[in-house]
Amino acid sequence: MSDLSRANAAAGAAEIVVKSGKARRARAATGRPMIDRYRWWEVAALYAGIAVFLSFVLAPFIEGFLVSLKPLAQLFSTPYSFIPKNGSFDSYFNMWTSVPNLGRYIFNSLLISTVETAIVVIIAIPAAYAFARFKFPASGLLLAAFLAVNMFSGAVLLIPLFRLMRTIGLLNTYWAQIVPGAAFLIPSSIWLLRTYLLRIPRELDEAAWVDGASRLYTMRRVILPLAMPGVVVVSIMTFIGAYAQQFIFALTFNSKTEYMPLPIGLFAFFGKQEVQWNELMAASFVGILPVMIIIVFLQRYLVAGLTAGAIKQ
Amino acid sequence: MTANRNAVLFALVLLAPAVAYILFIVAYPLADTIRLSFTNAALRPNIDWVGWANYQKIFANNKFTEIIIRTIVWTICSVSLKMIIGTFGAVLLNAAIPGQTLFRILTMPPWVVPMAIGIYMWGWMYNGQFGMISGLLQNFGITNGPFSFLGYPTPAFWSTIVTDVWIGVPIVTIYFLASIQSVPKDLYEAAWADGAGRFYRFRRITLPLILPAMLTMSLLSLIATFNSFDIIWILTQGGPSGTTTTMIIDTFQTGIRSSKYGEGAARAVMICIFVSIFCLVYFRAVRRLSEGEIK
Repeated sequence: MSDLSRANAAAGAAEIVVKSGKARRARAATGRPMIDRYRWWEVAALYAGIAVFLSFVLAPFIEGFLVSLKPLAQLFSTPYSFIPKNGSFDSYFNMWTSVPNLGRYIFNSLLISTVETAIVVIIAIPAAYAFARFKFPASGLLLAAFLAVNMFSGAVLLIPLFRLMRTIGLLNTYWAQIVPGAAFLIPSSIWLLRTYLLRIPRELDEAAWVDGASRLYTMRRVILPLAMPGVVVVSIMTFIGAYAQQFIFALTFNSKTEYMPLPIGLFAFFGKQEVQWNELMAASFVGILPVMIIIVFLQRYLVAGLTAGAIKQ
Repeated sequence: MTANRNAVLFALVLLAPAVAYILFIVAYPLADTIRLSFTNAALRPNIDWVGWANYQKIFANNKFTEIIIRTIVWTICSVSLKMIIGTFGAVLLNAAIPGQTLFRILTMPPWVVPMAIGIYMWGWMYNGQFGMISGLLQNFGITNGPFSFLGYPTPAFWSTIVTDVWIGVPIVTIYFLASIQSVPKDLYEAAWADGAGRFYRFRRITLPLILPAMLTMSLLSLIATFNSFDIIWILTQGGPSGTTTTMIIDTFQTGIRSSKYGEGAARAVMICIFVSIFCLVYFRAVRRLSEGEIK
């Protein structure tokens, strides 16, 4: 139970993360409380610390972006120069012709993640509702068993999964990547959604029951609409997880070019005589775009999801 | 009574798809791994029972012990760095200074972008001839001549750790930030009224109160790091000369690349045993911690 209360506390905290920016700004206008006041050198130290921290976090992106602007000749020349000389966006145009399948790879990545998200959400909603609302024998044990799935990465189960995929004839299809990928996203989604459902008052279910609504109707028409924000968080978290982790199943269970997602498809840039790093980076940035849009616009859902659910890296 | 039985039945129906999916895609393969680990399964069609032979083979030479030790060192270094950097990051992002929200958003990219893409970028940065790290070190005159970070055993080992830390830090930071913010504000105000300084307040209020969150995160991070595959596979494929081969890389190379399913499965079982030990230790630590709270 303590795990549960901690998750709820964290979920509450997530809202604070979101709100605090505004709250602080509002307070700053009326005069910051003494406890939050920094001396000038403390502020300087904080900004310096953040600068160091963020340059570690963002270094590969900055370098990757500058590389995408550099002509290949400059990339493979010494001495090294950080800033591109006569940089251009040529790579962003040329990459489509040097790897003709690039558009297909990006489409595949999005398709695989979307289908995985749909499967996970459809399976997780009823399961989370069952865990949040009903007492049945061994419910705690079953929940623990679900969470235990997070202990095993796909890589550990690769051998039997490969044999399983071969037996049911899914090797070298989209499904070979979607089916195992979704399995490892289901447990966290159930946990996250359950945490959310527990915060919706039980009295609503009881009121619907008294009014003669069936259990299924109560779930679909009373609770689910109220749980929509939670469902949105779970969908975003699942999509991001599915998009970020496309590698090992695609590498092992699929060898057909037309079904490859972007992370595997990028290997095409290595196939040339000289690795076209500038175009590879340009392609990477295009591939990153969808999730960048998500973090800019849906940042608060991410924080909520990250803190309330059982997390998987 | 019937209402109650109905409710249980309804719950089980709701759970059925999830249970079936996990049984089919996770539980069955897990059982199959254990079964295969006692066989000589490979590409050939017939499978023979070989008893403990695979395990004996693994432990016959020191190579596997070396891999276990390397995996543990790799994991512990990486997790500790994530926790330390994550705590610093959370404290910095918690400070009430202009730009706070922007800084929080900028922390997230390594976590949300496809892992493989982030790793390709690191791969280029580590490049000895033309990469950024080697290039900047030369430009500033710290090293003379190119230095290939992934070409030599020790630098390759640490380079893979740095990339793993980079991918893990955003989650740890945001999680710690949320738990710092869940600490009741009046505690700080009371301590502040009594004249406690900023650092003292952090050490005596924040740190003890976020300890459970730190413990949870350490376990989750430990499991994820122990199972980490993509980073090492893309950067070094376990090389140079096996010096970044962790248990999971070793399992992949044996089981998938060489198609020795039986031997690979035995290695996978070893990984599962280690992960289970982590979980047991964790639950014991949590219990001790909560007992301490009661006293």
